Amino acid sequence: MAETAVEHLHVELVAADRTVWSGEAAMIIARTLEGDIGVLRGHAPTLSLLSPSVIEIQVADTNQLVVAAVDGGFLSVANDRVSILAERVERAEDIEVDQARVDLEEARRLLDSNDEAEQRVRHAEARIRAAEKVS
Amino acid sequence: MAVSLREYRARIKSTESMKKITRAMELIAASRIIKAQQRAQAAAPYARELTRAVSAVATFSNVDHPLTREEENPKKAAVLVITSDRGLAGAYSSSVIKETERLAERLRAEGKEIDFYLAGRKAEAYFRFRNRPFVKAWTGFSDQPTYDKAAEIGAALIEAFLKEQGEDGDVDEVHVVYTRFRSMLTQEPTAIRLLPLEVVEGEEAPDESELLPLYEFEPSAAEVLDGLLPQYVQSRIFYCLLQAAASELAARQKAMKSATDNAEELIKKLTRIANQARQAGITQEISEIVGGVNALADAQAAND
Repeated sequence: MAETAVEHLHVELVAADRTVWSGEAAMIIARTLEGDIGVLRGHAPTLSLLSPSVIEIQVADTNQLVVAAVDGGFLSVANDRVSILAERVERAEDIEVDQARVDLEEARRLLDSNDEAEQRVRHAEARIRAAEKVS
Repeated sequence: MAVSLREYRARIKSTESMKKITRAMELIAASRIIKAQQRAQAAAPYARELTRAVSAVATFSNVDHPLTREEENPKKAAVLVITSDRGLAGAYSSSVIKETERLAERLRAEGKEIDFYLAGRKAEAYFRFRNRPFVKAWTGFSDQPTYDKAAEIGAALIEAFLKEQGEDGDVDEVHVVYTRFRSMLTQEPTAIRLLPLEVVEGEEAPDESELLPLYEFEPSAAEVLDGLLPQYVQSRIFYCLLQAAASELAARQKAMKSATDNAEELIKKLTRIANQARQAGITQEISEIVGGVNALADAQAAND
């Protein structure tokens, strides 16, 4: 049933307060807590937690690449439907690199004293990486 | 004539400017409701996907998570009260507070102590004025809540919930009182129990095609649940805040509309009284002139 109806992956990239991107994609690359994962058509149903990282979505039938940074969240795949949920999702084009660098510095300074700092360092790094990928 | 014409005119003028203000507030509230509804709609996909994922995990693993565990002998409950920051919204805040009191009474009857958590300046003022204790208050965002605020509130509530019984600040249940946005005309104050979570989210049974597939969990079902449930709680709170914001604006629009109508009515009444006063004044003046003329004529006739 799924084979005939869907030729591509249907992707929803959703932040807490809005849908960031949704559409058909050929491939998705994300990083879970256990390592990088690539999702193609026909992937087994999966639910995994993401680490703060860069998400790459290869848009179907084009060379366009959607790049975004997430602060964690999770990825669920079922019946060629992929949803990526995170509290904060930013498209690479919208990221201000300078601001991200400032955040990174600040988070690094807090590393010893604060448990959340590591998350923040990773998130800031992911944002910088995402922004560099499209520039 | 008790009040002079000039005073009536002044009152009409001030009522008119009041009407202008309430009319402006009505229009502002009306345009913001649309925005608030759009925000609520934009947040819907996240809540939907999250609910799907949580029920997926719940279906395929034994849900035994601190956030879903019922305390055997609940002694303390937390109540989050969501009101507005500003007034001029009719009975909006006071009906939420009334609902809170009802809930509090019920909980006390069950033998539970209550810790209050407040959102919105109106609730805070209510508690401060009566010198009643509350644990924490968040203010300054009632008509356009952000997810960050919801996350902050959620984190505080989850922390209190996860504490062991007997620890300082521990609660065994978390309730939320907010105003549900049914339509532009009806908003109802509602109390829900947020924690412990009831995982059976079946408002409607899923049909065949909706049946959830067998998922693989990474790293493990328990850890995925660990990550999901706090986010789920926060998204529920965010949903409540958004509903409350839309309700607040709708209530304000309605209140301001009736204020404008009342001002119009008042102006009509005052204009009528002022006209009467004006006519009475004219009549008196004329009768005085006529009286004067007559007196003069009489005096002249006597001289002749």
